[in-house]
Amino acid sequence: MSRRPTVAEQLARQGVSRRAFLKFCAAAASLMALPPSMAPAIAEALGKLRRPSVIWLSFQECTGCTESLTRSHTPTVESLIFDMISLDYHHTLQAAAGTAAEQAREDAMKEAGYLVLVDGSIPTRDGGIYSTIAGVTNLQMLKDALANAAAVVSIGTCAAYGGIPKADPNPTGAKSVQALMDEGLVPRKPVINVPGCPPIPTVITGVLAHYLTFGEIPELDSLGRPTMFYGDSIHDRCYRRPFYDQGMFAKTFDDEGARKGWCLFELGCKGPTTHNACATTKWNNGTSFPIESGHGCIGCSEPDFWDAGSFYTALSAPADPLTLATSATVAGAAIGVGMSFVNRAKKGAAKSGHETATLKDLEK
Amino acid sequence: MNEVELLNWVRGPGLNIAIGIFLLGTIWRLFEIYSLGRKKDLSAPRHTAGASGWNTIARRSLAPPGMLKRSPISYIGGYVFHVGLAIVVFLFAPHIELIENLFGLSWPALPSQVVDLATVVTLAAMVLVLVDRINKPVKRYLSTVEDYFTWAVTFLPVLTGYMAVKHLLLPYTTMLALHILSVEILLVVLPFTKLFHVFTLFMSRWYNGQANAHKGVPV
Ligand code: SF4
Repeated sequence: MSRRPTVAEQLARQGVSRRAFLKFCAAAASLMALPPSMAPAIAEALGKLRRPSVIWLSFQECTGCTESLTRSHTPTVESLIFDMISLDYHHTLQAAAGTAAEQAREDAMKEAGYLVLVDGSIPTRDGGIYSTIAGVTNLQMLKDALANAAAVVSIGTCAAYGGIPKADPNPTGAKSVQALMDEGLVPRKPVINVPGCPPIPTVITGVLAHYLTFGEIPELDSLGRPTMFYGDSIHDRCYRRPFYDQGMFAKTFDDEGARKGWCLFELGCKGPTTHNACATTKWNNGTSFPIESGHGCIGCSEPDFWDAGSFYTALSAPADPLTLATSATVAGAAIGVGMSFVNRAKKGAAKSGHETATLKDLEK
Repeated sequence: MNEVELLNWVRGPGLNIAIGIFLLGTIWRLFEIYSLGRKKDLSAPRHTAGASGWNTIARRSLAPPGMLKRSPISYIGGYVFHVGLAIVVFLFAPHIELIENLFGLSWPALPSQVVDLATVVTLAAMVLVLVDRINKPVKRYLSTVEDYFTWAVTFLPVLTGYMAVKHLLLPYTTMLALHILSVEILLVVLPFTKLFHVFTLFMSRWYNGQANAHKGVPV
């Protein structure tokens, strides 16, 4: 295989100016919450880098994650970042098809140290037959791909936590990449979770930029998410937060409160328990995020968000109906009445067993 | 089980079980207590001013003369933490939302900063009454395991709730799950411990007052 060009060489070849590259590095720095003064250092690190090979595996998914990434405006950080990696396999985006495509994947896997990006969950029931590519199950393909990988990035909630395919009753036995590693079904490699349904495009590229610049896994939270993007909850960065604190809530989607932009907690907003960068990074080139368009957060970057009760039930309300309440009330009443008969019987027995005490008894 | 799974469990099946046990225990005990009955008092009732069930409810809600000075922490601390609990439980917006969801009743909430303050005061008062209980030899002697246990199951929901809101120690999601779990523990033990005074306090005061009023004794 020919020597991989460095990022600087590649960009020069594509006619990207040094200025444009530095601008990109400044954007990357701000994405990673680093001061802009870090931009030249990032440029230096990235410039010297040999474009690392990236294999993108799409499993049980809806292509929303790829859509999210490609629907970003051009020219963007997103397009530039993909000039920096060598995306050797992505069955939605690549031109090659059929055997040629699978050949590309196998070629890329020969040289160890590549990065694996996964979107979609992996079905495991019945030998994993519920999703196959070119006759190979997702499980087998992931196993092979991870063998020589440096690390894996789980893009989207399905790859990170199982997502919608894993939702109750999970007919295909869908699992996340991390879960498969924990169960020893695939080789263990460092995992970065980039959840979201879909994840924010700039967060995907920000995580990649960090990995490329520093050559290491960023700091992760307990659910494997980079804290630089997932460190705050939506609620903590929400511009409607003052209304929450004042107890001013929209009660329906078209009432006075909704029109005045009050807090959406009562309409089911899951912002308080959801960690993501939506409230700061925003969507559609920084236009807005769901709460800004009047809909509560559905918590899509958290595990099992699909099974966490209705999207329109407040976080503090029961997630499921209280099915036991009626029978518990009836049972309680029945036991109470039963006990009252027992107590009465006891009292009656004590009364009939009563012996009159005489003066003689007392003198005994 | 990660924190989100825990939260989903406590908001779903956990809450269902806890409310079930709470309802079962509460209704059982109320039926049992009410059905105990008393023998009819055949003596002629005596009438003394200030002797009645309602008088007793009012009188026992205040400290007897001199006691406030002798045991200020019990009375003041006790009052402060009970009022504080009422504010925190019934005037915090997410709690009202839960009540509305369960019973369809709702009322305005206090700003969360005010609830925060009430929480801190409640926690401090509860700690104070506990320290007082341990420090005073007589109180310590009279205390049983149940007294400490019921203190703890009441204290924990307030503490975890505060820590969740303030993001202390653990991430919000975990703390929120622990908060709801601690409330569920409280609900489960409430009917079967002295915490049942939530329901019996005023009726037993009234009952004692009325029984003694018949004998002409204002208690
Ligand atoms: S709209 Fe949601 S995230 Fe924003 S303050 Fe209200 S509950 Fe929090």
